[in-house]
Amino acid sequence: MKVFAVAEHRFGELNPLSVELLNLANKLGESNAVVIGKDVAKFANELAKFSDKVWKIEDASLENYTLELYVDVLLQLINREKPDVILVGNTAQGAEFAPYLAVKLGYPIVTDVVAVNTANGFIVSRYVMQGKIMVDLKVSTPCVLTVRQGAFKEGTQKAGQIVDAGIKPSKPSARKFIGYVQPEVGEVDISKAEIIVAVGRGIEDAANIPLAEELAKALGGVVAGSRPVIDSGWLPKDRQVGISGKIVKPKLYLALGISGAFQHVMGMKDSELIIAVNKDPEAPIFGVAHYGIVGNIFDIVPTLLDKLKAKK
Amino acid sequence: MICLIIAKAKFFKIENFLFKQNSLHGGGMKIIVLAKHAPDPQSEIGIASDGKSLSLGTAVFDINDWDRYAVEEAIRIKEKMGGEVVVVGVGKNCDDTLRKCLAMGADRAIKIPFDAGIDAYQVAEVIAEAIKNEKFDMIFAGLMSQDMNNALVGGLLAGMLNLPFATAVTAIDINDKTVKAKREIEGGYQEEVELPMPCLLTIQSGINEPRYVSVMGIKKAKTKEMREVNVAPKSKKVETLRMYLPPVKKAELITGDPDQIASKVIAILKERGLIG
Repeated sequence: MKVFAVAEHRFGELNPLSVELLNLANKLGESNAVVIGKDVAKFANELAKFSDKVWKIEDASLENYTLELYVDVLLQLINREKPDVILVGNTAQGAEFAPYLAVKLGYPIVTDVVAVNTANGFIVSRYVMQGKIMVDLKVSTPCVLTVRQGAFKEGTQKAGQIVDAGIKPSKPSARKFIGYVQPEVGEVDISKAEIIVAVGRGIEDAANIPLAEELAKALGGVVAGSRPVIDSGWLPKDRQVGISGKIVKPKLYLALGISGAFQHVMGMKDSELIIAVNKDPEAPIFGVAHYGIVGNIFDIVPTLLDKLKAKK
Repeated sequence: MICLIIAKAKFFKIENFLFKQNSLHGGGMKIIVLAKHAPDPQSEIGIASDGKSLSLGTAVFDINDWDRYAVEEAIRIKEKMGGEVVVVGVGKNCDDTLRKCLAMGADRAIKIPFDAGIDAYQVAEVIAEAIKNEKFDMIFAGLMSQDMNNALVGGLLAGMLNLPFATAVTAIDINDKTVKAKREIEGGYQEEVELPMPCLLTIQSGINEPRYVSVMGIKKAKTKEMREVNVAPKSKKVETLRMYLPPVKKAELITGDPDQIASKVIAILKERGLIG
C-alpha cells in the first residue's frame, strides 16, 4: 500500500504530528512524506528519518499555508503518483484543506482517525459524541484520512530518499493570506501555574465563577476554563485550556464540570494530578483523570472550601 | 492624475452605497446558513441493539451549538447591511431547529428530509443539489456537528461548489466584494485571510453571543416560508460497521457524601504535598 503523509509546519517548526502520520504510513506500507513550502530542506531532512521517500514541493508562493495552493499542488502530485491513502493531520490546517482535496479527488474522507485496521478490509476508527462513543467505518481506497494527534506515537526509524516533486501551483489563490495574529496576553499565564482550578459548562453561570476563584485562592492556584466558558465570556480567552488555547502541566488540575472534549484534554492531560468532578459518569474527562468524583460541583466545592478554610 | 483618483474614490463610494441599498441579489447580503438538529452529547446516549447506530431515546435535541453561532452571525450581518438569511436543514426531523432559526431572525428555511447518519459526503451532496438555484454572497456552516464531530460538510460543500473557503472563523469583516476573516489555529494564534465573495465559511463557537428566541420571534416564524426539497444523494462513501463504548482507563472514583468526598480530596492533596 502506497501511503502519502502531508507534513505540517508553521513559524519554521515542523509539527510533531507529521512524524506520527509517518508512523501510521509505515505500518500500512510504503511511506511517502509530502512537504510543501518556500524552503523545506530542513523539514525534508527530518522527515526522511521516518519515511521511505520525501517529496518536496517548493515555491515562493507556498511560504505560508494557503488552502487552494496546497490543494492545487497536492492534486498534481496525487494524480501523478496515485497513492492508496493520503494522511493529513487533524489540525486547524489539515482539517481545512483535507475535505476540499477529497472532493476534488472524488475520494472518501474520514476525519480525526485514531486507529486503522487492514486485516479485514480497510477499517478506520474514530470517536463521535465528543469522545463518548467510538465507531468503526469501512472505507474504500484510495481515500483521505485526517489523523488525531497522539494516536500513532510509536514508529520506526528509516532513511528515506528526498525527491523534488517538480510541482508548482498552477494558478494564484483566490483566498489571500494576510498574516498571523498573536495570542492575547492577560494578567495571569496559566501555563506557568502549579495549581489550576478549571471550570467547564457545568459551572452553569457567570455568577458561579467566584466560587471557583475562591477555591483557587484557598489552594494557592489560578482559575482556567474550557471552551464553553470562554465562549460565553465568563473568563478571558487567555484562560482557555486546550489545543486552541494553552497547554498546561500543573501539579494539580482540578476539573469542575468539564466534559473532557479531546481539544481540551490535549491541553491538560500531562498534569501531574488530575481530579475531575462531573455529574455525568460517562464524561470522557474520567478517562484522563487520576481521581474522579461523580456528583454536583455545587455540593462538593463549598464543602471542600469550608474544610480548607478550617485548616488555616 | 490625483483628481482622477479622487473622482474614482467618490464613484466607488456611491457605487458601494448603491450596492448596499440595491445589490444584485435584491439588497444587502444574502447568506445561506446550514443548521443541524442534533442530540446533545452530554445527554444520555447509548448504542442501539443493531450495534451500529446510536440509541437516542432520552437525548436532548437542539440546534447544533456551532450552527447557533453561524445563524446569529448571519442575522447580525443582515441587520447591519440588509439582505436575506436562508437556513438549510438536513434530516426528517429538523423542523424544530429550522423554526428556531426563523424565530431568531432568519427569513426562510429549506428542509431536506433525508437522514444521512455519519456520511457527511451525502449531506453535502443533497445540500449542493437543494441550493443549486439560490444566489448567495456567503454560506455559513458551524465548524462541526456536536454529535458526529466530522467537521466535513462545510469543506465538502465548498469543494463541490468551487467556493473560496475558510474554517473555524472567529471574526468577519465585510468589504465591498471581499470578506476578511480571522480563523482559529493552534496555541491561541489566529490566521487572517481575505476571500472574494461568494465564499463559504465555517464558524467557530464564541464568535458572538447568540440571541435568545423571543415570543415575538416565535410568532413571526409561523408566517415564514419553510420549503421541503426532496433530493437523494448520489454516492455512499463510508459504511458503519460497529459502534461501541471506547475502551478507556477509568479514574479511581472518590465516593461518599460531600463531606466524605471533601475529606478524601484533602487527604490526597496533603499526601502529594499540595497543601500544608
